[in-house]
Amino acid sequence: MATDVSTIDTIYSEGTEHSKTIEIQAFGFWIYLMTDLVLFSAIFASHAVLAHNYAAGPTGKDLFNLPYTFGETMVLLFSSATCGLAMLTLQKGRKAQVLLWLAITFFLGLGFIAMEIKEFYQMIQNGHGPEKSAFLSAFFTLVGTHGVHVTFGLIWMATMMGQAAIKGLTMPVRSRLVRFSMFWHFLDIIWIGIFTFVYLMGVM
Amino acid sequence: MFGKLTFQAIPYHNPITMGAVVGAMLLGIIILVLITYFRKWPYLWNEWLTSLDPKRIGIMYIILALVMLLRGFSDAIMMRAQQALAVGASQGYLPPDHFNQIFGAHGSIMIVFMAMPFLTGLMNIVVPQQIGSRDVAFPFMNAVSLWLTAAGALLVMTSLGIGEFSKAGWSGYAPLTERQYSPGTGVDYWIWSFQIAGAASLMSGINFLVTILKMRAPGMKLMRMPMFVWTTLVTNVLMIFAFPVLTVALLLITLDRYLGMHFFTNGLGGNMMMYTNLFWIWGHPEVYIVILPAFGIFSEVVATFSRKRLFGYTSLVYATVAIMVLSFCVWLHHFFTMGAGPNVNIAFGISTMLIAVPTGVKIFNWLFTMYRGRIRFTTPMYWTLAFISTFALGGMAGVLLSVPPADFVLHNSLFLIAHFHNMLIPGTLFGFFAGYAYWFPKAFGFPLSEKWGKRAFWCWLIGFYLAFIPLYILGFMGMPRRMQHYENPAWHPYLIVAAVGTAVISVGILCLMMQLFVSIRERHARRDMTGDPWDGRTLEWATASPPAVYNFAVIPVVQDVDAFWDMKERDVAYQQPTKYHDIRMPKSTAKGLLTGGFTFLFGFSMVWYIWWLAVLSALGIVFMVINRACDDNTEYVISAGEVEKIENERYRLLASAAANRAAEGV
Repeated sequence: MATDVSTIDTIYSEGTEHSKTIEIQAFGFWIYLMTDLVLFSAIFASHAVLAHNYAAGPTGKDLFNLPYTFGETMVLLFSSATCGLAMLTLQKGRKAQVLLWLAITFFLGLGFIAMEIKEFYQMIQNGHGPEKSAFLSAFFTLVGTHGVHVTFGLIWMATMMGQAAIKGLTMPVRSRLVRFSMFWHFLDIIWIGIFTFVYLMGVM
Repeated sequence: MFGKLTFQAIPYHNPITMGAVVGAMLLGIIILVLITYFRKWPYLWNEWLTSLDPKRIGIMYIILALVMLLRGFSDAIMMRAQQALAVGASQGYLPPDHFNQIFGAHGSIMIVFMAMPFLTGLMNIVVPQQIGSRDVAFPFMNAVSLWLTAAGALLVMTSLGIGEFSKAGWSGYAPLTERQYSPGTGVDYWIWSFQIAGAASLMSGINFLVTILKMRAPGMKLMRMPMFVWTTLVTNVLMIFAFPVLTVALLLITLDRYLGMHFFTNGLGGNMMMYTNLFWIWGHPEVYIVILPAFGIFSEVVATFSRKRLFGYTSLVYATVAIMVLSFCVWLHHFFTMGAGPNVNIAFGISTMLIAVPTGVKIFNWLFTMYRGRIRFTTPMYWTLAFISTFALGGMAGVLLSVPPADFVLHNSLFLIAHFHNMLIPGTLFGFFAGYAYWFPKAFGFPLSEKWGKRAFWCWLIGFYLAFIPLYILGFMGMPRRMQHYENPAWHPYLIVAAVGTAVISVGILCLMMQLFVSIRERHARRDMTGDPWDGRTLEWATASPPAVYNFAVIPVVQDVDAFWDMKERDVAYQQPTKYHDIRMPKSTAKGLLTGGFTFLFGFSMVWYIWWLAVLSALGIVFMVINRACDDNTEYVISAGEVEKIENERYRLLASAAANRAAEGV
């Protein structure tokens, strides 16, 4: 039968090729997020092993300022909400609003990072740096790895705002923005884990 | 300005190292001069270094693997020669300081820079074709993976001439790798080369998982995928779950060394056994990462050369998936002596023994595939047969080691060395050699010399037994691993036999080189015009040899596990379609190569504490990524007319091959 080797026009023709590409890219990004989750689980596990190895140094109770960290958490959660609003306006194709919401998200993310740096700086100033005990090493590494992720998210967001402003909301820009929002929400989920296991359980 | 880097870092007082450095540099200069003399730079740059074609990337991966095989094997010869000499009053020719670097480099290179690039290369060449696809899911990321792996390998090679390599073994146990005990740059070279190559492997894992799950030809359900695709898929899952843990283990030891943290230190609350756990949570799946694709290759080879459908395809798939799950439940058997207590040890001992069950299933699958088959004894088949018998032996040694009390006796002895070489040489390396001979005609359009292939095979097989059976005996006699010198004269004869075995293997390597040389010289006479030199069963044999850049002008429709065999049976395999369409393929780009270059600079400057260069090269990497991410114009179109021209040429070759066959009266 000649039809057995016929072209599958539907799959490789122009129109559907694009949506297929976007689907593949989104799926690949999901898998990447899962590898990042494994990475964070390994650091969470290391933190759990070392969480009480204070080496006669300060404990979480001595160091953590829960109201401050709660504020930090709120800033990051709000940035996730504004990122969600950017996605909603993206679906409606309103470029100016997308840029506005992304800018708000960006500044909230920047605020979160600034608060985190301030916390780290004060701890180190007070002589409670990561080299003082295994507990502090694990604390700085876990929270810091999340912070580095947020920083890369900010760089990515700035790049995407530039792309959206210059190119408009083209198909590639939209698909990148969707993946960016997946990343941003993912970092939120990781932070909730950190807030619970590091800060809340740390002061218990 | 240059951090810790001074002229003192060049080991000019060590004649052995300098000999290797000068030799490697001379070889490099000769190659560069030859490329310049024959004016091949534009060709090399346009067709290879900037290519995003997975077939080209795969070939470059395998060239890297073969070069690193030579390097890793030289380390092996040096160790065997040292141990054959250094008994009693003799200290041999390698001081402890140098010997310790060699065993670390041997293990690191063979696993991360030989086995990994080899399997990734085979995946690149074969998987897209076997699933009836034109490309991988992320062609650019694929190139980045290649060039990061090359950057890691270059970092290891650099450690030969500038500074030193780690003296803490390939597994880098803490606290020996802490700054306090290893103040030199060796451990840093090990950390950064592993970290970079690990990131590359992780990206390959994601890439091929998505490729296999999302880009199969219509009709190819999961249970119609060729066995090599299945084993690759499972390997990718293992990479995705295991490599991030390696990243973390290396990150934490980096923080200990560079910022004085206390993850694995003796004091201030550090926990050194946490490193061992993290390392083997990656390390054990890693051995399945390198061995499962080889199982896939053996499955393809056995079915093709027995001219039979693979026996028990479904059970092989389930066995592979069972190994995937179990491989994450056994890591503690690498350190039963940690002192986790009898209950923990028993649990891990049992899970280790359980792995023998699915592996045993596979052995029977291969045996029953051959049963009543019309077996053709080609080189790939030789490797497969030797693998089945030799691997069973190593597997039994493994089951013995999985019993915790036995492990307490044999831990860190040469018995362990014999065991894992008995798994990885016949399992992984013989598998890759089988795949190399099997798919070589697909990649280059002519088969390799069978005569030299078989000579290489016999040298490798005999050499392997001579080199490693004595190590089993020595293990029982109580000889520990990694000894630069020993006093017990009873061990000496066995170590001489082992050294002879290594010499026989080196003849095998020479035969492999000879095979390549002879086959390339005779390439025109050996030309395969059909694309299907072995009478194959799976879709990669449906393309031309070497395949057109797009693999398939028309995406095939799959109706059977042995998709291509089924098409040949139904007489539709070589029907020329009446109409072609435009094909979109990714454009070549130098950004992958440049990313690799910046990454090498980053690794090198981190090793030597050259902070300004580290910052600049990190910015370079970020810039390359952003630059690529802003590029919306990454594809080009091959017009239907061009496709038709290429395909007409292919059908002309096919017709002339058929005419030749008819003339020979076959």
